[in-house]
Amino acid sequence: MKLHPMIAALRKHKAGVVLIALQIALTLAIVCNAIFIIGQRIDRVNRPTGLDESNLFLVTQQWVGAPSADTADGVAKLDAMQKEDLAALRNLPSVASVAPINSLPLLNSTWAGSVSTKPDRKFSDKGDNVRTAYYFTDDQAMSTLGLKIVAGRAFNAGDVQHQGFRDNPPRPIVIVTKALADKLFPQGGAVGKAIYVDGSSSPSTIVGVVARMQVPATGTWVNGFTWNATLVPSRLDANFARYAVRAKPGQMEAAMRAVAPTLYQVNPLRVLDDDSVKSFADIRAHAYRADVGMAVLMGVICLILLSVTAAGIVGLTSFWVGQRHKQIGVRRALGARKADILHYFQLENLLIAGSGAVGGVLLAIGLNMLLMKHYEMDRLPILYVLVGVAAVLLLGQGAVFVPARRASNVPPVAATRVA
Amino acid sequence: MFAYYLDLALRSLKRSPGLTALMVLAIGFGVAASMTSWSVFRAVSGDPIPWKSASLFVPQIDNWGPNGRNPDGDPPNAMDYADATALMRDHRAKLQSAMYQISPSVVPADAAKHPINVSGEAVYSEFFPMLDVPFQYGSGWSASDDENRAQVVVISDKLNQKLFGGANSVGRNASIEGRQYRVVGVLKDWNPQPRFYDVVNSGGFDSGVKDVFLPFLTAIQANLQNDGNTNCNAVPKEPGFVGLQHSECVWIAYMAELDSASAVTAYRDYLQGYARAQQQAGRFGWAPNNRLRDLRAWLDNQHVVPSDTKVSLLVALGLLLVCLVNTIGLLLAKFLRRSSEIGVRRALGAPRKAIYLQFLTEAGMVGAAGGVLGLLLTCAGVASVGWVMPKDIADLARLDVSLLVLTLLVAVVATMLAGLYPTYRASRVQPAWQLKSN
Repeated sequence: MKLHPMIAALRKHKAGVVLIALQIALTLAIVCNAIFIIGQRIDRVNRPTGLDESNLFLVTQQWVGAPSADTADGVAKLDAMQKEDLAALRNLPSVASVAPINSLPLLNSTWAGSVSTKPDRKFSDKGDNVRTAYYFTDDQAMSTLGLKIVAGRAFNAGDVQHQGFRDNPPRPIVIVTKALADKLFPQGGAVGKAIYVDGSSSPSTIVGVVARMQVPATGTWVNGFTWNATLVPSRLDANFARYAVRAKPGQMEAAMRAVAPTLYQVNPLRVLDDDSVKSFADIRAHAYRADVGMAVLMGVICLILLSVTAAGIVGLTSFWVGQRHKQIGVRRALGARKADILHYFQLENLLIAGSGAVGGVLLAIGLNMLLMKHYEMDRLPILYVLVGVAAVLLLGQGAVFVPARRASNVPPVAATRVA
Repeated sequence: MFAYYLDLALRSLKRSPGLTALMVLAIGFGVAASMTSWSVFRAVSGDPIPWKSASLFVPQIDNWGPNGRNPDGDPPNAMDYADATALMRDHRAKLQSAMYQISPSVVPADAAKHPINVSGEAVYSEFFPMLDVPFQYGSGWSASDDENRAQVVVISDKLNQKLFGGANSVGRNASIEGRQYRVVGVLKDWNPQPRFYDVVNSGGFDSGVKDVFLPFLTAIQANLQNDGNTNCNAVPKEPGFVGLQHSECVWIAYMAELDSASAVTAYRDYLQGYARAQQQAGRFGWAPNNRLRDLRAWLDNQHVVPSDTKVSLLVALGLLLVCLVNTIGLLLAKFLRRSSEIGVRRALGAPRKAIYLQFLTEAGMVGAAGGVLGLLLTCAGVASVGWVMPKDIADLARLDVSLLVLTLLVAVVATMLAGLYPTYRASRVQPAWQLKSN
């Protein structure tokens, strides 16, 4: 089929053609970017934390009238209180293991700092320092959190120290994530090497490397160091404490229910509220709520957008079919087959949608650049644009099919009737 | 005549119910999507204290030097203890307060109840008049209470319910973090969003309520540790909370009321002089690099409106635009299909103006129907933002009369604008040609 007569025909209703093309261009631009946003959010939500997240929950509690963590005496008392809690929780029949810990991945309560292979670095010395987030915990951390050691060893009971919350004692031993180890020692062999935490002058020996562990924060400010965690074998003593608890398989609910009565029995002068015992699934859902929501919202908008555009194509093409009723009859009378009429409208739509898609690609890139400039978006990969183009072309073909079929059913005798 | 056009429009819409439904649906969804995102955007970008935001200022002092500045060259967004207390001592603004977030435990008088944890703020006495904080009972404390580190507290309406059953509790004692404090005031329901006075620690939005307000120096003396963000450019040299107070770590929010341009200039000069004095004393090894932003500029600078909210609004407006382009196309088809009818009317003497009126009436009707559908969908949308937005933000989206009126207005006006070009085309129909071709 020749395109020339088709283009000549399109010139007769420029406004309709321009409107459909414009609509397709805008739809493509928005859908590409929306799907890109959805894809990014899904990637974010699906990244594993490195923990074995099933059967894991977190207890956050605060003592009332606790001794001050700023005095040696107070720290000793607080540590005794914490050890009592840990012993009581570890004694529960439904509990497999318990580790004290200052935060968990996705909890968004972060103790960030920087480590270096050289001593006495300032925070502001860029280049030498690698950003990290600290987990202060004990020898049961590996089994409780389900972390995998890929080199060296786990903490043992003899490694574990304790300290006041705001104290900053030397840290002779640490475990780091593989990501952090690779950054600090690109040649490998991090185990046994010394690093210096937060500009300290005393070395910390890496005794083990874990495969993966995410930092607690999920915001953009940790973008450069999401996988750079450092584990320190030290209980933090303050007027509050957090305990990560691994329940025995199938006994998660029983373990979570047992926590409050057990801890109140140890010491009733404490705060345990609705949020104090939280399953890791809840922590994850809370952390990614906004991302899931944004993905859903973009999905709904895409759906509405595509439906509206499809409906628009059906509407305008139906109008054209009605308008050209007589001409279709003439073509049929002159020997055109039904298929020829069908193909005519399909090809016409492809032409319009194609030109709309060209404009749409430009608009999509423009919109992406706008979002990158103002709202921390990444560059739209070309794949999304190509998929988007294919989608709108298919959408056009799908939408045009119904009116085109109706056109192909116009009988040749229509040529003899008045319009 | 208008009634006649309404009747004509109604007939025409009835004649092609499919096309009409398409247009109404498109407009309804388009308007509802944009109005729902607008309701969220409006809620988070609103001015929390519109009558006063122009005279509330947030000072920033550069105590970290060139390496601690952000890419825009801005100093830290909070203050260290030394600067905050020095600014309070100098007292150069009409009203001012340093503040930090606390999270103490409160023990109810009823021994059968378990202790609870509350969120609060340690502030100076001028915090209350500066922010026009509304009181139900009593009032804030006095400047001398600040100085004397008095054991007094202002509590929220909610905490008053919990501890004292909602009675006037002024003069009674509350047990906070193991110490007794005398209640001097009970607030009315006060929970401004964004939490503009302490953006640094709340990130802007926080669905919780601040339950206790203690005098700043009293809280420091009682060793009530800060619960919010602490940012350090070096590890504090001394341990403990006292070590934090002696360090350059920033963790204190600060706000000052300056009522005139000259007061602002004078305060800028004061900050400049303060930083210069610190430089001369050898504490700062760099020239003064202060900032003094009014509240709106400050909220903007701290990116209080989440970028997701802005992107959603942008995308929803894009959807509305597509729906309108769609409506232009469909109206064009609809109007031109009736070219012969237009031809007859024009031939019988109807001026172009009459054609305009007739078709714009029809467009307006489609818009109104779309608006009504949009209203219903907007109600559903606002009710379900909780599913797709963080709770702190979704809770703020409200359905009110102005939103409903705006929804209808946007639908009708947008559809009539969309109807302009199709109407123009309809009015250009040549009567003679239409009559002849029939």
